[in-house]
Amino acid sequence: MSGLVVASSAGNVLVWIVWIVAALACLASGIAVVTFSNPFFSALALIGNLGSLAVMYLLLSAEFVAAAQVLVYAGAVVVMFLFVIAYVGPRHETPWSGGPGWQTVGAVAAAGALLVEIVVAVGMQASGSLSHQTSVGTDFGTPGWIGRVFLTDHLLAFEITSVVLLVAAVGGVVLGSHTRRAT
Amino acid sequence: MDGPNVAWYIAIAAVLFGIGALGVLIRRNTLVVLLSLELMLNAGNLALIALSRHFHNGAGQIFALTVMAIAASEVCVGLGLVVALNRRNLSLDVDTLSELRG
Repeated sequence: MSGLVVASSAGNVLVWIVWIVAALACLASGIAVVTFSNPFFSALALIGNLGSLAVMYLLLSAEFVAAAQVLVYAGAVVVMFLFVIAYVGPRHETPWSGGPGWQTVGAVAAAGALLVEIVVAVGMQASGSLSHQTSVGTDFGTPGWIGRVFLTDHLLAFEITSVVLLVAAVGGVVLGSHTRRAT
Repeated sequence: MDGPNVAWYIAIAAVLFGIGALGVLIRRNTLVVLLSLELMLNAGNLALIALSRHFHNGAGQIFALTVMAIAASEVCVGLGLVVALNRRNLSLDVDTLSELRG
């Protein structure tokens, strides 16, 4: 919240500077996740990616989502990744020579085609309506507002999410249990 | 607050999604494939939150939080699979895991 107050008082130059730094950090750490040969460093680069995305969420007045991003992703998911990477041991791999050459070329072409497809689809569908500036109220995205909306309008999503988390926890226990015999 | 408008955020989200898709397609290690999947989910979250603010509709933020919970479930099951594979001394290379046999 204090970030928003500072940004609006200092003009939009500061917002642009913060945004550009966050965007460059986001893209650079994303490329680092994909290109590092050591999975441990990939997981550490993912922390940088999640942090810069949290900065962007703050610029988008989504304070609660930014806090949840740092807590859930950087605090729980990445730590679990680091535990498992340390458990299975270091397995180095060269990203650009994993398979046959045509496979790498095909993967790059498929990812590029996906990117072009997203840009064309969004541009054709909504290029006119995305350019104007909008303003939101002061309580938009605060924890109180999120909690009120979650327990009134989106209660079904909330309950289904809790069931999915329970099922995933049971699945994790079943997959990790020692008593299961290989058949 | 005058900052970059929503099209810039969508552009960043699209590029990040492309990077994640490239990682899923190009990497051989199961763990790095899961990490790249997280990149793709985060790109979707960024687009959701940018459009949520643009249209002043809170459903985007609610959906982003739900996606976060689903991503945590996916990591739970995925890392459970990785640990189970490692315990049976199987390779973590996705090219050699081509037989879906128990």
